[in-house]
Amino acid sequence: MHNWVSLIYNELLKMIKKKRVRVILLIVVALIPIFTYAQYRTVQTTIEQLGTSDWRTVLQQQIIDSQNRLSSSRLPDEWRESLKLNIQQQQYYLDHDINPAAPGAPTFAREFVEESVSLFLPLLVVVVASDIVSSEHAGGTIKLLLTRPVRRWRILLSKYLALILLVSFIVTATAVLAILISGVIFGYSGWNMPVLTGFSQQNGELVTDHVHLIPQWKYLLMGYGLAWFACAAVATLSFMVSVLVRSTAASMGVMLAALISGNLLTQLAPTWTALKYLAFTNLRLTDYLSGSSTMIEGMTLPFSLAVLTVWSLAALAVAFTVFTRNDVLA
Amino acid sequence: MAGKEKYPVLSVEDLSKQIGKREIVRDIRFEVGQGEIFGFLGPNGAGKTTTIRMLVGLIRPTRGKVNIAGYDLKRDYLKAIRNVGCIVENPEMYPFLTGRENLEMFARMEGKVSPKRIKEVVELVEMDQRIDDAVKTYSLGMRQRLGIAQALLGEPQLLILDEPTNGLDPAGIREMRQFIQRLAREKGISIFISSHILHEVQRICDRVAIINRGTVIRTGPVSRLLEGDSPVQWRLDPPDQGMDILQSLSGVTTVERSTEHDILTHMPEEKISEANQRLLEAGVRVTAIRQQHPTLEDIFLQMTEEDPIA
Repeated sequence: MHNWVSLIYNELLKMIKKKRVRVILLIVVALIPIFTYAQYRTVQTTIEQLGTSDWRTVLQQQIIDSQNRLSSSRLPDEWRESLKLNIQQQQYYLDHDINPAAPGAPTFAREFVEESVSLFLPLLVVVVASDIVSSEHAGGTIKLLLTRPVRRWRILLSKYLALILLVSFIVTATAVLAILISGVIFGYSGWNMPVLTGFSQQNGELVTDHVHLIPQWKYLLMGYGLAWFACAAVATLSFMVSVLVRSTAASMGVMLAALISGNLLTQLAPTWTALKYLAFTNLRLTDYLSGSSTMIEGMTLPFSLAVLTVWSLAALAVAFTVFTRNDVLA
Repeated sequence: MAGKEKYPVLSVEDLSKQIGKREIVRDIRFEVGQGEIFGFLGPNGAGKTTTIRMLVGLIRPTRGKVNIAGYDLKRDYLKAIRNVGCIVENPEMYPFLTGRENLEMFARMEGKVSPKRIKEVVELVEMDQRIDDAVKTYSLGMRQRLGIAQALLGEPQLLILDEPTNGLDPAGIREMRQFIQRLAREKGISIFISSHILHEVQRICDRVAIINRGTVIRTGPVSRLLEGDSPVQWRLDPPDQGMDILQSLSGVTTVERSTEHDILTHMPEEKISEANQRLLEAGVRVTAIRQQHPTLEDIFLQMTEEDPIA
């Protein structure tokens, strides 16, 4: 047991001393104020355009806008469907007297995780995860690491566990920083604001049978929990690439390309249903909470979790097999 | 550790490694005894590093056995590797950590290394002044010493050093040699040391194995390897006639003109007087006979020239 603690401690020490973690935190600290300001500007602009700060009017206006767009015949079918679902959802908020965008730090943090789960957070994870094994090869330290009286699989597992700890830290730190920083402008209230969740989709229809209200703090926990799961899956895949590719730059490049392609593909080819079996098209887990329509038919929360789990397990199998068997040649 | 004297500290049997279709190392076998300094010599690309990587478990042998302190490296990996400290190629440490942090990290991997032991090895390699500085600020010599410190952490019976004098200045090389000798004589550690610069290790090795093109072509004590034909330099007048006479003698292996009047031969020591007599009888004036001690370079060149594949 002591051995495991030591091994994981070693890996965390290396990660922290390498300053990558500090850079990641700095990125988050630098970007959140910008996002906060952007959000603030959006709210202000909407108020100006409508000449009112009453959210009911805003929501009504949005519904009317959407309906106008729906009547345009040039709209692609997929967009039409998603627009219809949006209207249904907004109507639900209106009917139940729920302000979906009540400003406040918790609301900002909620929207921030919904937007960052598919690209921003995974990018941060890729930066720390993709050099975890490749840097040992690049620096030649792999020879010192693998000539100790410790089995190779234990060394790799300690690296993986340290990485998962670090991912948990990054997700938590992002949540805490999002709340702390945005609260300066939006205030820190809104924890108990009811938020709708439990939407599901069937044949393109928004099914509201299971829709219910939960306090926003609970929603935040669920949202960041799902973001953690998505990030852990990204970390696991980066981890495998880091074992396979001996250069950190190459392993980071591979992961970034995969991540961005995953994001692009869902938008480019929403009718290509086989895409739903890819790992990186399933990262938008928080969409299932908020009820935003998914791009590809047949995707549900359990389905996405299952796809990410299968990919992660396969990646771990490959990483451990290669790492424990391969010769350290140069 | 009862009865460890029964085993050589390191024994290698029929060790081979094939990568793709090429056999990089073929049927290597040797033994290293306790407290012995064993030289592993050969030119670059001869298979030294591949062999060393197989000794420490970085590369799986295609065939053959490695036995360390009585434990089979494949079957009893942990027990075998616990008895080895090594530097494979360059002493690469984590540059962003201090020397001490590096040592502490490896100590945690060894399992039971006390803080006292870390202090001991730091003093042993005389790094106490700079141990709390980041490794990236170290000179190559300091890195080399820190490398030895990490290799000694687990109190190994066998120390494997790959080209330990690489990149060091002459003073550094002398220091390293003295240090290695002290480790072997005072601590009884067996040391396996590889080099392509033969005269650097010739003076400190008890025995050497010479490797070329993936196979060991000779193993033995340095003194016995030196017993071969010694280079003898002759100054003769007239040189051409002298050369013909030397060439006609049996036991003389090479005869070549090194300068205008000097002729370099390789011949057994006991043949020198006979050759001298023959030259005098033929009326060749002998101004000087200089017998030189053969270096491993001479022996190595001779052997590789004899190698039919070469």
